[in-house]
Amino acid sequence: MGRIWKVSDNISTDEIIPGRYNVTTDRAQLAQAAFIEYRPDYAPGVRPGDVVVAGRNFGMGSSREHAPIALQASGIQAIVARSFARIFYRNAINIGLPILVCDELHGAIEDGDSLDLDLATGRINLPDGRTFQVEPLPEFVLKIVQAGGIIPFVQAGNL
Amino acid sequence: MGTMSEEILSRKVGREVRAGEIVIVPVDYVMAHDQTSPLAIESFRKLGKPLFDPQRTIIVFDHIIPAATVQAATLQRGIRSWMAEEQVGNFLQDGICHQVLVERGFVTPGAVIVGADSHSCTYGALGAFGTGMGSTDIAVALATGKTWLRVPETVRFELTGEMGEHVYAKDLALAMCGAIGVDGANYQAVEYGGSAVQAMNISQRMTLANMAIEMGGKTGLCEPDDVVDAYLDGRARTPYEPVLPRDPQYSRVIEIDASDLQPMVAMPPDPEHLAPANELGDVAIDQVFVGTCTNGRLDDLEIAARVLRGRTISSNTRMVVTPASRQVLLQAMERGYIQTLVEAGATVTNPGCGPCIGRHQGVLAAGERAITTQNRNFPGRMGDPTAEIYLASPATAAASAVTGYITDPRRLS
Ligand code: SF4
Repeated sequence: MGRIWKVSDNISTDEIIPGRYNVTTDRAQLAQAAFIEYRPDYAPGVRPGDVVVAGRNFGMGSSREHAPIALQASGIQAIVARSFARIFYRNAINIGLPILVCDELHGAIEDGDSLDLDLATGRINLPDGRTFQVEPLPEFVLKIVQAGGIIPFVQAGNL
Repeated sequence: MGTMSEEILSRKVGREVRAGEIVIVPVDYVMAHDQTSPLAIESFRKLGKPLFDPQRTIIVFDHIIPAATVQAATLQRGIRSWMAEEQVGNFLQDGICHQVLVERGFVTPGAVIVGADSHSCTYGALGAFGTGMGSTDIAVALATGKTWLRVPETVRFELTGEMGEHVYAKDLALAMCGAIGVDGANYQAVEYGGSAVQAMNISQRMTLANMAIEMGGKTGLCEPDDVVDAYLDGRARTPYEPVLPRDPQYSRVIEIDASDLQPMVAMPPDPEHLAPANELGDVAIDQVFVGTCTNGRLDDLEIAARVLRGRTISSNTRMVVTPASRQVLLQAMERGYIQTLVEAGATVTNPGCGPCIGRHQGVLAAGERAITTQNRNFPGRMGDPTAEIYLASPATAAASAVTGYITDPRRLS
């Protein structure tokens, strides 16, 4: 079971990690800055296996890869959103952070609820018995994920 | 047969490709800047390959220059030594990446350019497929000269009519964000056509294309024409063959008559929340900023100088002007715009991104309010997350500097 960190529509990369906190590539420092101003309770409270559940267009704005790295380094197992902004989507796939699209989950849960996520099948189970299925990844994207990210994918001779 | 994106990508791939397909595309140039290079270099080193082509690699220092902190300076020192190791062919440190790539003739119609910066869509102003990516994608492109792309569907804007007094490309760009919202073109390309675009110079087209990402767009394309050819004459680094749409199928076509438009302002928290400047009431402003890859070019400074000539900025506010490049600064000096702006009370900074991302040269305090010519007004963008950011044209920004509150430039006598 992971705790749900629920965030709204159109969360920008400036809210995930403001530009002022990007002057490092240190993962631990980036993790501490995740949602630092938008949700100051996030970094101190997040535990390994938690899940961010977002509305539409999560990660809009800048191309900063610090944003998905900060969330990944904070220990979450996945982000489930109604939709993702394009560059954030690619960045998360590239670094091996599972991002899942599910239209119904966001409206069905509250911040602080818990869920059980099976990454292999894309099934989400809530403690009250409700279940949700995430959308399958496009085939090409799935291959990158299965390789463990774009770096091992390229090292294996793809592209 | 297809949209501009389909046509450009088909030519690059050597077969006809269609929206929805995933293709592996050779790229013409790969760009990263001082903020995104460090992570790209880390990923590049993991790949353990040399640069695919040092001459097609471009590193730009623009985001925090001169370095404002020891941390930023240290990262920049690391980038410099990596550039020496890899013998990077193009290192530029005299303006905003998107501006200098265009000025230096790297951007030509039909080219595919990937940049570790979301506003790489700006290159579409000249008919190039420019798109922003994260650092790891850029590392892959640096090592392989290729990238993977899903061929995008296209939202087409038909922009007709003539813009009235003190209405500019920026007002149109904001109106488009308002029309389809901040994710209205997510995963898609944007095309700008129609008589209003044909009448624009390169700078104005860059303002449009720059804000394609503010609708979620992968790129924002204007059709190359003789305005582009004239601009590239003696400037283009390579010969080019323009690519135009051929019997395109668009996912959406939206018409906007520019003659109906008034000076617009985007309100917090994002660029889709719009109001005409003259309907906002008394919104007091602490800081005015004219600059950025959206509106920091010569004609933008000229517009601001024209509004401020013979006037002084309100003592209740402050104004920062950041030319987009050294070339812009030099020309603005020659033409007296800088003199006018400084006389009016503005602080003119060195070329670069300036205060756009709240790192230096004009950071906002809690509860402060700014009007700026940049492209984004997300919370926390320019400093404290409770600071409010309003987006507008250089004319509206300059008029607001005169009065100290948001002002329709047509209302200054
Ligand atoms: S001026 Fe602003 S938007 Fe443009 S590249 Fe610099 S930081 Fe990004």
